[in-house]
Amino acid sequence: MNYIEDVATLARKDLRLELRARDTLPAMLLFVLSTFVVFHFALPQGSGEAAAQGLLWVALVFTALLGLARSWAPEREGGVFDGLVLAPCDRSAIWLGKAAAVLVFLVAIEVVALPAFALFFEPLDGAAVAGVALANLGICAVGTLLAAMAAASRTRELILPLLFLPLAIPLVVGGVGSAISPEPGRYLLFLALYDAVFAIICWASFEYVVTE
Amino acid sequence: MSSGEKYLAAAYGVIFVVLLLWVVIIAAKLTRLEREVGELAERARERRDGD
Amino acid sequence: MSTSSRNSRVPALAALAAALVGLSLALVFFVAPEDADQGISQKIFYFHVPIALTAYACFGWGALKALLYLWRKDERYDLESYVGIHLGTVFGTLTLLTGSIWAKASWGVWWTWSSNQLVLFLVLFLFYCAYFMLRFSVEEGPRRASLSAVYALFGVVLVPVSFFAIRLASDFIHPTVFNREGPQMSGTMFATFCVAWGAITVLAYVLYRVELAGKLLDQHLRELREALA
Repeated sequence: MNYIEDVATLARKDLRLELRARDTLPAMLLFVLSTFVVFHFALPQGSGEAAAQGLLWVALVFTALLGLARSWAPEREGGVFDGLVLAPCDRSAIWLGKAAAVLVFLVAIEVVALPAFALFFEPLDGAAVAGVALANLGICAVGTLLAAMAAASRTRELILPLLFLPLAIPLVVGGVGSAISPEPGRYLLFLALYDAVFAIICWASFEYVVTE
Repeated sequence: MSSGEKYLAAAYGVIFVVLLLWVVIIAAKLTRLEREVGELAERARERRDGD
Repeated sequence: MSTSSRNSRVPALAALAAALVGLSLALVFFVAPEDADQGISQKIFYFHVPIALTAYACFGWGALKALLYLWRKDERYDLESYVGIHLGTVFGTLTLLTGSIWAKASWGVWWTWSSNQLVLFLVLFLFYCAYFMLRFSVEEGPRRASLSAVYALFGVVLVPVSFFAIRLASDFIHPTVFNREGPQMSGTMFATFCVAWGAITVLAYVLYRVELAGKLLDQHLRELREALA
């Protein structure tokens, strides 16, 4: 299908750019690990498992923000934003391709970060990892669109966290819930619903974000 | 006044104050618009007298 | 329809709003019975809840106008959406303020995370503050209008999603649970509530029309200025 091909081409472009430049991924990785160390000093003794799980999510959200802030940078710096939009593909494919690339980055980080978390703090069970996986989808879908909005604004990186954090709250609730609740099913279902609902909205509305 | 009554008064008072603030802001905007209309009328008059 | 004929009903509506507010105040303070458990501070509820409901309605209205803008690209919808959301934020702030006072009166604390409505409004408040920051950081024009419209639509979806999130979160977040009896409302109380709700709704609509008229006037004056320059 042509649409899928477009998405794949766009995603591959971003991955190849990152492989060559190697600036975003190492920064995100270092950030998340440094954050864990800061958390160790920030958590008083006897804070318990729940607190640590909560902090994992804080770390993940802010690391994602770091990556998202840079996600449209290649387009912006190369001055190709308009060119991309004029490309003969569905505008939503641009969003999907970019979101897929950001997802790959995020997962790559988590492959290191989650074991590190388990090492420093608490082991993570299957439900917790499933929660992370589901939330990743929501973060990438919504974050990529909001990052495109922020790119159009004068204050850019400054405004992305403001736009993103209120929308990330449900994801954090779902993620922490699936990690610490005795019945994680509800939280995982909620995360899946969030992903579905917001993916549809992002897919439908991206066109309006990049065109006039 | 009992403390319950004080809180009641505070809540309604807050509503009152916020609405009045809104009126103040709109009134200020109105003054500015009036001033602009005056300037534009002046300019239109000059334009007409100049023709 | 010219602007002036469109606005000719506003003074009458304002008078209606004034009358309804007066009537509801009279009902609240002189007719409605005092609540057995909470005492007189329960009467905050008669305005607090309508204000909250009206805030939701304003956000919904703003989102509707946003959708119309994206569909029709008529600048006027962008303005209407903005004013709706602005008013919604004002009413949302009022909800937080009156809610906090009511919390202090009922439970002795100015803030509690166990009131789902308060927490929901806090999240929405943050979300819509970001709306204004977004709007003020983009040049005026179709781009700004499109971005604002998309964000407004996200907001209206966030309302139910956050509501469920907060409900789910309450299982593992708060140790202390404050319980307020949902209004076991007597007939008089319910009637008072309805009148107050009507009053706030009409009031909100009047505020909306006045603010919108001001903004449109601003716009026309700017066009005039450019024409005369």
